[in-house]
Amino acid sequence: MSISRRGFLAASGLAVASWTLTACGDDNDDGGDSGGKTKLSVFSWWTGGGEEAGLKAMVADFEKKNAKIKFVNDAIAGGAGDKAKAVLASRLQAKQPPDTFQGHAGAELLDYVKAKQIEDITFLYEQEGWKEVFPETLLPLLTMDNKIYSVPVNIHRANVLWHNSQVLDEAGVSAPPKTLDEFLDALDKVKSKGKIGLSIGEEWTQQHLLETVLLGKLGADGYSALFKKGGDWGGSDVTAALEVWKELLGFTNSDAASLTWQDATKLLSDGQAGFNVMGDWADSYLSGDLKRKPETDYGWAAAPDTDGTYQFLSDSFTLPVGAKHRDAAIAWLKECGSKSGQDAFNPKKGSIPARNDADPALYGPYLKWALEEWKKDKIVGSLSHGAVASLAWTTEIGTALGLFLQSKNVGKFQDALGEAAEKHAV
Amino acid sequence: MKRVTSTWLPGLLLISPSLIAVGIFVYGMIGWNIKVSLSNWHTVVEDNSYAGFGTYRDLMDDERFTAAWENLLTFTVVFIVGTMVMGLIMALLLEKGVRAEGFFRSVYLFPMAISFIASGIVWRWLMNPAPGERASGLNVLFSKVGLDSLQNPWWQDQKWGMAAMAMPAIWQMSGYVMALFLAGFRGIPDELREAARMDGATEGQIYRHVIFPQLRPVALSALIIVGHISLKVFDLIVAVAGQQIIADVPAVYMWQSVFEAQDYAKGAAIATCLLLFVAVLVVPYLVYTFRQEKR
Repeated sequence: MSISRRGFLAASGLAVASWTLTACGDDNDDGGDSGGKTKLSVFSWWTGGGEEAGLKAMVADFEKKNAKIKFVNDAIAGGAGDKAKAVLASRLQAKQPPDTFQGHAGAELLDYVKAKQIEDITFLYEQEGWKEVFPETLLPLLTMDNKIYSVPVNIHRANVLWHNSQVLDEAGVSAPPKTLDEFLDALDKVKSKGKIGLSIGEEWTQQHLLETVLLGKLGADGYSALFKKGGDWGGSDVTAALEVWKELLGFTNSDAASLTWQDATKLLSDGQAGFNVMGDWADSYLSGDLKRKPETDYGWAAAPDTDGTYQFLSDSFTLPVGAKHRDAAIAWLKECGSKSGQDAFNPKKGSIPARNDADPALYGPYLKWALEEWKKDKIVGSLSHGAVASLAWTTEIGTALGLFLQSKNVGKFQDALGEAAEKHAV
Repeated sequence: MKRVTSTWLPGLLLISPSLIAVGIFVYGMIGWNIKVSLSNWHTVVEDNSYAGFGTYRDLMDDERFTAAWENLLTFTVVFIVGTMVMGLIMALLLEKGVRAEGFFRSVYLFPMAISFIASGIVWRWLMNPAPGERASGLNVLFSKVGLDSLQNPWWQDQKWGMAAMAMPAIWQMSGYVMALFLAGFRGIPDELREAARMDGATEGQIYRHVIFPQLRPVALSALIIVGHISLKVFDLIVAVAGQQIIADVPAVYMWQSVFEAQDYAKGAAIATCLLLFVAVLVVPYLVYTFRQEKR
């Protein structure tokens, strides 16, 4: 008995000891360097397709400039980053931040700022002269209390209406609709040919459609005002927008809930649907993955009634408080804001650089058009992609939208939107 | 005195590691979770000040919360009835002595070895509601065999969607219930059946009056196990439907409250409600088995 007891104690002691040892080992690994290089852990949700290719291109450029830093990819898969954000939240709670992490530029970063989890990096903007090369209308959208907390790598546009040229020809629609009324007419024509008017996917893509309709009905200023303190969600123009949106949903496919955005865009590519409203990442999916010819197989325009407005969203990188390799992280942020970095990343990712001195020759037909628009359009932020509302607010709007899809009650939906704004607007 | 110590001390030492671990990681965490649910921690900034039951009261008025419980109720009823009935039927068939029993037993049990995430993704394809020529999965199968009327939107049906959602779970867990029942059948001595036969009982009567009453503890265990799996369901729903209101359940709502909306108090309150419901199911069972063992 006594032997076995001693044996047990020895065994448990060993187990504890080895656990401590491995824990120490991890620490050494984290804090130290490999082969004289500093390890830089970069957290993102870029794990596939053009995103990954873009990241690799930028990393290659980065490592060429910074021979002393080894890039460690801490990416977590999942579109729009919902899973990555959950992992990130727990790492930040535990005060174990990556050296730098990806976040949607704008209001979505507010939570990190409030929790004092990311640093003010205005000094980088001054040092690198970024205030001159980023568009004037963009900077206010990145600034909170006169401080800037992230470096935008790319710019995507949310308010884009895609169409299948052949389906439109058959339905007798000569040009993409400019207004919401024209849009409804065109959808009617497509539907009468036995096709899906507007292809759509799961809940968030319906929210994406809603934000473009809100922008169309309220205009750039009215739309932006909704997300400021005291924004009027109860007004008749919001009601009108919700009614139109509800009408548009009547032209969509019945199996929306089981389709991802790719599935919905593929319906357009396959000639099953006439239109699709999706951000401009759809372009690299259509031309890259599905091998469709831009301007012949498919075309694009600003979403109805939103011409002259660029509803943007942007992936940006931050400097977490307590980053283990702060200097390396700053080197990465400089890369993110540099011309060579952005021109390496964006043609592959299928977005345009945030800087206005990009080299247009590197970009395809859609992106060339987008570059032109970016320079002359009025810029507003996207709701579904974190530019204008905090995560908590966006989630609450998503909940209200989901409940609306069950009840189809516009009045109740509008009330819920108003309540969410009252609770979350800052 | 010394002898007394030597009888309980080794035992206590032996279980103390797990006692401490369970104390911290189960009961400590439950306590902490309840504390968070009663706090003002509604944003990303930690705030442990006491707020009372306001978060719970808000949840009661929350349309999404109610809808999630309704969904869960539909799911649970269909899932429990489905697994119990299927499990019992399969156990009965095997118990009656089919050829290659071992083979069938394994086949029925295999689905349990797959995670809900993996089977959920496959069932997402099978239960594809796309209409007409785009149809796939079970709907295509139905149209191929001429049963077009059986085609339906599966989990995207507003009213009965959650019943369809229970199908993958039934498929996965009924083998387990079968194993429990089969063990129960095997535990009943043959003498009892023989005695009943001697008394002139028909086969049906033997099952009704002799076998099934003896299976009651097994059935109860199965019910509790399946029931608490059902209340906690999360992975299957997320794999099939993602996080959409149409297939919302409390566990998914909890996840979104904490990790997306960053409302820690609300997430903790939902977690506490879930725990209470599981306790309502499990505690009477524990009391019952405790009494049985004492007897």
